[in-house]
Amino acid sequence: MPGRSLLEKIWDQHVIAHLSEDTDLLHIDRHLLHDLGGSRGLLDLKSRGLKVHNPELTFATPDHALSTAPGRAGTSKIGMELLAALRVETAASGITLFDVDQPGQGIVHVIGPELGLSLPGATIVCGDSHTCTHGGLGALAFGIGSSELTHVLATQALIQKRPKTMRARFDGKLPLGVTAKDMILALIGHIGAAGGTGYAVEYAGSAIRALPIEGRLTICNLSIELGAKIGMVAPDETTFEFLRGRPYAPQGEMWDLAVKAWRDLPSDPDAVFDREVVIDVEKIIPQVTWGISPEHVVGVDGIIPDPKAVDDPLRRAAIETALEYMGLQGGAPIAGTPVDWVFIGSCTNSRLSDLRAAAEVARGRKVAAGVRAWVVPGSENVKREAVAEGLDKIFIEAGFEWREPGCSMCLAANGEVVAPGQRSVSTSNRNFVGRQGPRARTHLASPASAAASAIAGAIADVRMMGR
Amino acid sequence: MPKPFDKLTATAAPIMRSNIDTDVIIRIERLVGNGIRGTLGKWAFGSLRYLPDGSENPEFILNREPYQDAEILVTGPNFGCGSSREGAVWSLQERGIRAIIGSGFGDIFFANCFQNGILPVVVDKAVVDQLAADIEATQGAGKVSIDLEAQTIVSPSGARHAFEIDPRRREGLLKGLDEVALTLQRDDEIHAFQASDRTARPWIHSTRISA
Repeated sequence: MPGRSLLEKIWDQHVIAHLSEDTDLLHIDRHLLHDLGGSRGLLDLKSRGLKVHNPELTFATPDHALSTAPGRAGTSKIGMELLAALRVETAASGITLFDVDQPGQGIVHVIGPELGLSLPGATIVCGDSHTCTHGGLGALAFGIGSSELTHVLATQALIQKRPKTMRARFDGKLPLGVTAKDMILALIGHIGAAGGTGYAVEYAGSAIRALPIEGRLTICNLSIELGAKIGMVAPDETTFEFLRGRPYAPQGEMWDLAVKAWRDLPSDPDAVFDREVVIDVEKIIPQVTWGISPEHVVGVDGIIPDPKAVDDPLRRAAIETALEYMGLQGGAPIAGTPVDWVFIGSCTNSRLSDLRAAAEVARGRKVAAGVRAWVVPGSENVKREAVAEGLDKIFIEAGFEWREPGCSMCLAANGEVVAPGQRSVSTSNRNFVGRQGPRARTHLASPASAAASAIAGAIADVRMMGR
Repeated sequence: MPKPFDKLTATAAPIMRSNIDTDVIIRIERLVGNGIRGTLGKWAFGSLRYLPDGSENPEFILNREPYQDAEILVTGPNFGCGSSREGAVWSLQERGIRAIIGSGFGDIFFANCFQNGILPVVVDKAVVDQLAADIEATQGAGKVSIDLEAQTIVSPSGARHAFEIDPRRREGLLKGLDEVALTLQRDDEIHAFQASDRTARPWIHSTRISA
């Protein structure tokens, strides 16, 4: 019998009942709720006359619909109603809520790891597709819809079909100016936005091992843009050091017990994957998207694809549609494209290391005239730590706006939008049509690349910025 | 509880662009609020259906006769990728869509369809392309038939195509099963699992904040 993969080990440990050859009823260890779907699910449950099965395994925080303006000025009426409903319904069910302005509040996928709620070997779900982020700690984490959310509230379990497994190995030493964000965008460019559909992806290889946890979280975060709802990295000493002492991480004897169990989780050497992909990271340069799918990506020194050079009519039409929406010319260099907005934030890239990387580029420089640049920390704790280091001052002096934590302009659920026709360089995860606002044009990039573009007033190669 | 699905013969609209994401199916601001069910049909595919001035885009297929009455979508690769928002399925359902035929779907969208009694059918891209061509050859007048029990699709040309579907999913749709109620019948097993897991992995179940 071949060895088992990380995914298979965690999966097997959570099976409550086999429902068919490939479908199981899985125990859910952590359920995270946010303001868009949390109170809806709790109200749905109540209307069915049911109770939350395990409120102590359920945690909530507002992030999507809150204003991120200083003092939260301008949260919409409906956003306030959702927040009020989340407060009432979590309190009634005995669910811990990390509320506005409290340590612990923030983007669900930032606070889970930060608080030690997200643990290796745990099953974690949330009504948000970027729940795959938590896989960076070696958890089996994935996004669910509203119906599944209600199911988890009612049963602390979920019916799931066992996914196929893929291993994406990143080998080599990361070149200067190239980040975790560039690694995963390069993979998406390589295998496409549906390349991971139906798979749980395990990221492995020397370049993954060398990444700090926050970089691994960024990699796993973009799994869903690869089509994979699950992405994961096997836990190692870096993982344990990251988690040690976090508020909800186990302590004392329980910590030792947990670490002992976590050491058994990595894939066996003879584990077999349904698909293997290998990426040489030494060939990766900073990535930037040019189109309306994360697979529309090039190196920042690259050329926007020219539809005239493409034979396949469907692909040609897709490129034409994307270029028309983006207001770009095929065949032109991507670098130097003027930008109106820069957004540094989101569950992809709003952690302390992301803000440090952006501040390093911004320090002593000025945002170009005509560019609006926002920095939205991922959580209240990230914000406080950044302020303690003086990162807020660096950004403000450079002409960036320093905001309150939340999802903000990544998905524009809180009214914070890029205006129609305007061009944004964003550290978020989706360059979809209208994602940052109706007819907004989004280019995804790393925090360092985004900061460099804010300074240049155009899509810029951070490697040319001399730091 | 989802409505059962067994057979459907209806107008089908091909929307063949790749990677139509759930943000394109329904914009997030239509989903902010708890009382949104029933309000979403007119916002399905909003950015494709409406021009910037708010008027209907006459080019978009669901704005054209006879596709306005479509209950089936025939879609390009990776339809429903992106966000987990179940509002994407709700908006299609409120628009009258009951089945979607494509070569591949976003994983979370695919699961959300079944939760709402919508049948997503996965067939080879060649079959999808043939269906789209057959529909266009009749300018949309030719209907598409889907028989879930028999697992077949019949194209307007009369061509019959078999499709595969997970047997559990199929039964759930045919009977309109409520998964929450079914799982709660196993509540003893859930409690037994938790009792033994508390010994095996106590750190998962003890979530009081550490000092």
